[in-house]
Amino acid sequence: MTQQWLPAFAYLAIAASASAIMIIAGLILRVKAKVDEPSKYDTYECGEEPDGNTWIRFHPRYYVVALVFVLFDAEAAFVLPWALNLRELGQFAILEMFLFLAVLMVGWLYAVRKGAIQWQ
Amino acid sequence: MTVASNASNSFIMSLPSPVPEILTHPVGHGLVMGTIILTFFMLISAWSIWFERRFAGRMQSRVGPNVVGPAGLLQPIADAIKLLRKENLVPSGADKVLFWLSPPMTLFFTLATLAVIPLSEDLLVAELDIGLLWVLAFSGLLLFPTWIAGWASNNKYTLFASMRAVAQGISYEIPLLFSAIVPVVVVGSLSISDIVRYQGEHGWLLFWPLGPGALGFLIFFVASLAEANRIPFDVPEAESELVAGVTVEYSGMMYGLFPMTEYVHTLITSALASALFLGGWYGPFGWAPGVHWMVGKTLFLFFVIFWARWSLVRFRSDQLMRLCWVWLVPLSLLCVCGAALWVVYVGGVA
Repeated sequence: MTQQWLPAFAYLAIAASASAIMIIAGLILRVKAKVDEPSKYDTYECGEEPDGNTWIRFHPRYYVVALVFVLFDAEAAFVLPWALNLRELGQFAILEMFLFLAVLMVGWLYAVRKGAIQWQ
Repeated sequence: MTVASNASNSFIMSLPSPVPEILTHPVGHGLVMGTIILTFFMLISAWSIWFERRFAGRMQSRVGPNVVGPAGLLQPIADAIKLLRKENLVPSGADKVLFWLSPPMTLFFTLATLAVIPLSEDLLVAELDIGLLWVLAFSGLLLFPTWIAGWASNNKYTLFASMRAVAQGISYEIPLLFSAIVPVVVVGSLSISDIVRYQGEHGWLLFWPLGPGALGFLIFFVASLAEANRIPFDVPEAESELVAGVTVEYSGMMYGLFPMTEYVHTLITSALASALFLGGWYGPFGWAPGVHWMVGKTLFLFFVIFWARWSLVRFRSDQLMRLCWVWLVPLSLLCVCGAALWVVYVGGVA
């Protein structure tokens, strides 16, 4: 068990240090501007002065998409163990999963008909 | 005892006889093999930027970068030096900690998926029995740094871009997941190496089972294009609407990590697609298996992605969502069902 996981975790250390090295190298090698012009810290808004608060209100469709996503993602968690044990369970598993997916697709149809995914 | 130690042993066998002791230890194997594979993927991604620019130049009847070095071959190095030397600006009003955290996080999550991608029978970091879940989990985490970058920049364009990126990312994760389940259903294992070995015995999953295999590959490829935010799915960084997506306020190496990550992610995605559906390190007609097949298929898919980039136009945001939820999600579920039916009734398991 550990034999299997140790290389993967050792590799994570390599990946983390590779990302850190990039940033640190940038910090060491970068050139500092001699004159500190305050306007260069302004956020970019097509050359205009930034107007109002950045954290503004959003269309609720993003929220609806996130809800539908959670539904399907949780379902994938059920499909994975089913996929692994399909060979042993045979016909029974097929019947069970098709019923489950049918119920889910009714929900999908409802979401599509209600325009939950219609971005206009 | 375990597959990983087998893999490390066969790698050790290929080395000259006095083997350093550290290489026989799992951690040593992970460190050494990890460094090799990581460097390999980073170098290919760096020079693929040069290749893409040359290729785009040819497609548009111009030359492309040709000044730095022979045929412009040193262009990636020049770009890297330029980015390293630039000042890192943090815009006023930005969340400093999150702003700094986001670029290394993007690169880390992308590189982490490499751990379980097998280049050949023994050229891999770790053979986990949940390898596919490892990849999907880390590529799912990739949405967080993207969103953090957009939120922390204190800029309206980046906020819009990150909202779009998250909406697109979570939507396309569903067909990606289900089309990746097709090989799991057929093979009965989550280990990517097991999936490749099965294809060595029974033929590529792209061809057999006929329907679910080919359609599953197509959906997987399209969904992973969308996950990597490549054209025609690069709505989150649509230049004409959002300036440069979540990277508007970034400069220097902090900026450089984003496009680099995008290329590494695209390359890893192509590698994953060729391992899952195109037989990994096995050639067609049972020709001698080897690392060259895996690298060749990966680079071919990578090239197809470039090709698509310079041939197709960007989708509109609502078309993108419609394509995903109305077409790809039910089709990928159909693929899973078809594969299951094939396993139980045609594969003769029941």
